[in-house]
Amino acid sequence: MAKITYKHPNGTVTIVDVQAPNTVMRGAKLNNVDGIEAQCGGSAQCGTCHVYVDEANTLPLPEMDSVEDDVLYGTACERTEFSRLSCQLPVGDEIDGLLVHLPEAQS
Amino acid sequence: MAAHAVVVVGAGQAGFETACALRSRGFRGRITLIGDEPPGPSYRPPLSKGYLAGTVAAEEIALRPPSFYTEQDIELLPGDRVASLDRERRTVLLESGLRLPYDNLVLATGSRPRSLPVPGASLTGVLSLRGLADAEDLRLRLSGPPRRLVVVGAGFIGLEVAATARGLGHDVTVVEAQPRALARALTPTTSDRIVAEHRERGVRVLLGREVTALFGDAEGRVQVMELDGGERIAADLVVVGVGVLPNIELALAADLLVGDGVVVDAQLRTSDPDIFALGDCARFPSPRAGRHVRVESVQNASDQAKCVAAAVCGEPYAYTAVPWFWSEQYALRLQIAGLTAPHDETVTVGDLADGKFSVFCFRGGRLTGVESVNRPADHGIARRLLTAGTDLSPGTVREPGFDLKRLPRTPTTPTTPTASPSRTTIQERLSVHA
Repeated sequence: MAKITYKHPNGTVTIVDVQAPNTVMRGAKLNNVDGIEAQCGGSAQCGTCHVYVDEANTLPLPEMDSVEDDVLYGTACERTEFSRLSCQLPVGDEIDGLLVHLPEAQS
Repeated sequence: MAAHAVVVVGAGQAGFETACALRSRGFRGRITLIGDEPPGPSYRPPLSKGYLAGTVAAEEIALRPPSFYTEQDIELLPGDRVASLDRERRTVLLESGLRLPYDNLVLATGSRPRSLPVPGASLTGVLSLRGLADAEDLRLRLSGPPRRLVVVGAGFIGLEVAATARGLGHDVTVVEAQPRALARALTPTTSDRIVAEHRERGVRVLLGREVTALFGDAEGRVQVMELDGGERIAADLVVVGVGVLPNIELALAADLLVGDGVVVDAQLRTSDPDIFALGDCARFPSPRAGRHVRVESVQNASDQAKCVAAAVCGEPYAYTAVPWFWSEQYALRLQIAGLTAPHDETVTVGDLADGKFSVFCFRGGRLTGVESVNRPADHGIARRLLTAGTDLSPGTVREPGFDLKRLPRTPTTPTTPTASPSRTTIQERLSVHA
């Protein structure tokens, strides 16, 4: 289980506990955290679960594969070096305390 | 707005998303979500893919855990149906006998599969795939030893079922009446490539062939399919995927304007301004297509839900979102951005043989849409370009070395503005598990 923090563009934060084998995207969905759409349900198709991992993050996140990298070209908000698809970030003990920033828009 | 009551008829993706979008916008009135599928709102795309293959579990298909509805104060009435609608008194009567008043009614009644108009279509073993119950039935039938499956209709559902069943080792034949697969949805370039993939994987694909009859054994189980010309195919199981019909009966009985779907305006209002319709059942004016269209997709349900919620909250806007669709068959990831038809020119980029290409469709020199197979960057960028109305000419796409990834990024203005969340406090929640 991991505590995940979602920071909204207006500065407010939502902290939720998410259990494996969920993803950071699904953790938001299950807890009704606004700002993540995930229209494709988490199959790396739509880019509407885009998040920015906090710049100070040192937690071990999986490497981005070529599909995720490609999908990130289509996000509604600018892609940065901290951009990830939250549906491609599995939740486990090792990412307990992860902080992600939500973009202004997803679609 | 405190006393405002919204009744949403239909708890599929469109109805569910409408309830969520209302709460996200800060709507505090009563929300009742009526669905006729007992387990509650579920996510349909895996029903023809992962769920059918047994790799996605039933719990993963629920759109939200049951606690969600309590937390969000959304009254979910699964397993009930609307019997009638009284527009004068603004009430709906449910089959359970419950009568609900509404200030706004939202018709998210969805669609149902068309049946095959041939003798024998009601034999045991002739199925269609729509909801969770259908998928469960088909999953069980495909979980045993290899069977002879015939899929009627080479549309998205038919081809996805064919791919999944083939992956499970079944003997699969696809019969399509049109001369090519996905004829309404795709260019010949893409549909031919998809059919080639099915054939390479051992699926027999028969194009331009009509089913004339089905015959069963003594117990009424389907056994044989007859095609035009008299050819007979042995079948243990038949899946019919020949399109859907919008569920318009309630609207029709209430004297709302209907065509192929419940007719709505740009804000998704029906001919009664207190009643909205969206998703599979709604026929809306599309500025992109220049006509009224009905779109069956998750994106459409989701983006239209935001539009309806905005109108209910007194902040209406016209629905203009760029449609997009996807399908997965074997290792082919097919994505479509925009409404590609009609088009008068196409340019293909990439490698057809390799199964990594995009077909750019133009009308009058303007980009109308892009079909991508295993080129997800093209898809995402195309959606952004279409949303921004950025011009991209066929000549540009034809230039050697053309790569959408190298285009300078144009800022996009989201066409479906989302309300900013009105959270002011840190919220700690209990853990949940899917």
